[in-house]
Amino acid sequence: MPAFDVTHIIIAVAFMLAMGLILSTLLAVANRKLWVYEDPRIDEVEEMLPNTNCGACGSAGCRVFAEALIAGELVPSNCTVIPASGTDEIAEYLGVDAGDVVKRVARLACAGGTHVARSYAHYQGMESCRAAALIAGGPKGCSWGCIGLEDCARVCDQGAISMNEYKLPVVDASKCTACDDCVDVCPKDLFSLQPVTHQLWVACKNLEHGETALADCDVACDACERCVADSPDGLISMQNNLAVINYDNNQFASRLATERCPTGAIVWLDKEIHLKGKNARRIVRQEALPVRQI
Amino acid sequence: MGLFSLFRRKTFSHGIHPPVNKSQTAHIPIRRLPFPDRLVLPLGQHFGAPSEAIVHKGQEVVRGQPIAEAKGDMSVPIHAPASGIVKGIELVLTSRGFKEPAIIIEPYKASTQEVLWSEYPSSDHMDREQLLQAIKNTGLVGLGGAAFPAHFKKNVSFEKKVDTLVVNGSECEPFLTCDHRMMLEHPTCLIKGIRYAMKVTDTHKAIIGIEDNKMDAVRLLQNHLKDCDDISVQAVETKYPQGSEKMLIKSLLNREVPAGGLPADVGVIVNNVHTLTTLGKLLPTGEGLTERVITISGPAVKRPGNYWVPIGTTIGFIIDQVGHDGNIHEFIMGGPMMGPAVSSLDTPITKGCSGLLVLNEPLINEESKKIWPCIKCGRCLQACPMHLNPSQLGLLAAAAEYEEMAENYNLRHCFECGCCSYVCPSNIPLVQYFRIAKAINREKAA
Repeated sequence: MPAFDVTHIIIAVAFMLAMGLILSTLLAVANRKLWVYEDPRIDEVEEMLPNTNCGACGSAGCRVFAEALIAGELVPSNCTVIPASGTDEIAEYLGVDAGDVVKRVARLACAGGTHVARSYAHYQGMESCRAAALIAGGPKGCSWGCIGLEDCARVCDQGAISMNEYKLPVVDASKCTACDDCVDVCPKDLFSLQPVTHQLWVACKNLEHGETALADCDVACDACERCVADSPDGLISMQNNLAVINYDNNQFASRLATERCPTGAIVWLDKEIHLKGKNARRIVRQEALPVRQI
Repeated sequence: MGLFSLFRRKTFSHGIHPPVNKSQTAHIPIRRLPFPDRLVLPLGQHFGAPSEAIVHKGQEVVRGQPIAEAKGDMSVPIHAPASGIVKGIELVLTSRGFKEPAIIIEPYKASTQEVLWSEYPSSDHMDREQLLQAIKNTGLVGLGGAAFPAHFKKNVSFEKKVDTLVVNGSECEPFLTCDHRMMLEHPTCLIKGIRYAMKVTDTHKAIIGIEDNKMDAVRLLQNHLKDCDDISVQAVETKYPQGSEKMLIKSLLNREVPAGGLPADVGVIVNNVHTLTTLGKLLPTGEGLTERVITISGPAVKRPGNYWVPIGTTIGFIIDQVGHDGNIHEFIMGGPMMGPAVSSLDTPITKGCSGLLVLNEPLINEESKKIWPCIKCGRCLQACPMHLNPSQLGLLAAAAEYEEMAENYNLRHCFECGCCSYVCPSNIPLVQYFRIAKAINREKAA
């Protein structure tokens, strides 16, 4: 064993000190030379954004959106998640116009809850709409309607979708960021993203007509064409026994089109609440319709 | 090989041995169901482009008359299964899961079983093209379940120069016995059908593969084929999914169909015995496909058996005719392993439907519905006849990594036989996961 030598320690300490000195000088120089100016407003604006990173604005996240705002590529109202007051706050801070991009929400084109839409079978398989849709299209008589096994509610990261007592998803417009997840997951393609200004809405996708459609669901579009007759030309048309609204002519839409609908399949949305016409049949039934027996 | 193979039963690797449950119906001769009050004939009951209706509402049709014609090469005509009135073309729910257009016929009360309309009967002098057209005119599709147009398959096989016709009489699905009864009751039609198929595909060798739990059929056919040296009968091991064409080719010929390939790539065409028997029955008279044999079985049925059923009969009518114990719980179209459950009694029997299974009590209890985590025991790997890795695929499916499943784990080679779900001790619905994954991938690709 070699004798204890204090010089070894001195050399080691001196070496470490010298290396630290050189590297820190290098870092100090690099910091000066390679420094990039970043607008301090980016952090400020990011603070004001909801930070959900939902992507509804088209940017990869809230920080990227903030950068785009400062670069003037997007306007504050592109963020449809924050309320109007938040948009105004950002606009004021940046001294830009808030813009008039309309908030979009996910909407379900079906109103066939268990109390109005008849099931032909009990489904007992995997608790998933996708799985049920693969087995004879699900238990419902209407093969276009909502299966009600909550795939959309599960996939929604914002907690905006909840199931009501009739096993239909209800979208909370204040939480919905229009991220497209529910649109992708629904096996019946019932969800779509709609600007809130599209107030006239057909809550049905059934392609049958008359009694055949009504045999499966009390609130189906039975292709009576009354809404087509009661609306300005070019707003509503009948395609494959279903009323289809041409939103290019949305400015002509009014509640009048819904008034004579016998089933209430076409509705007027006020803050995303369905308002049926006067002549729509009243649904008083609360409990689920029984499954058709043999 | 050599001496060793003498003692080895002809089979493929992997697979499972579910209870066969065939004794209920295997010994009962085929019976006939009456015409229902309403026949529902979906236009898209075969694989390929839907047929085009050539009748209109209110028109009178006779049994055997074409009511829809083929639209393109991969399509077949549809014939009226009974004389009656066309009630219209409506949207009906089929076992495929969505509503599609179907011709509705209301048969006359006294509609005859005699076929009143037929093409020119085919003769031995027909050349290949004429014979192919005659096969197309019968509206015949693969009656084993896939409903692939028969003429198209034979044409593709001819172009690929196949050398062997494999006749699939293995019927590996539990409960089903319709192919078994067909072989026992119509062996001459079957042989005639095989001759037609050999002529059309220009093959000089045919092997009938039958699972060894149907030795009576093997012996009967061997007796009938004593003097032929180009058609042989071969018993194969009773194992699920022996009736899958790729497995059967491996068992009989020890040839392996390349991944993503067709049997024709290894010089084989596979036809189901029901298909060929029907071919042998229809071609000599020039009739169209108006009825087929299905096995109606299951614990809830009072009179189980095999029945000649007009195409388009709804299952509600069938269950009235065969009787039930009043406690029906579930209907399955086809066999229990791959058959889909149906959601409506108005669902019609289509050309590709080989059975109707009626279950009366929930055979799955609450406890076994529970899904446990994968314990990586590897049983699914030992069961998968396609040599996939269902365990890993299942984990990926749970994480919604559908693209990864398709790209790196060969999801598209899964033919949904259900062996993995059957053996899984954790009750993981693997095959259901894979069907969802495939559906989502299909949607993305579209």
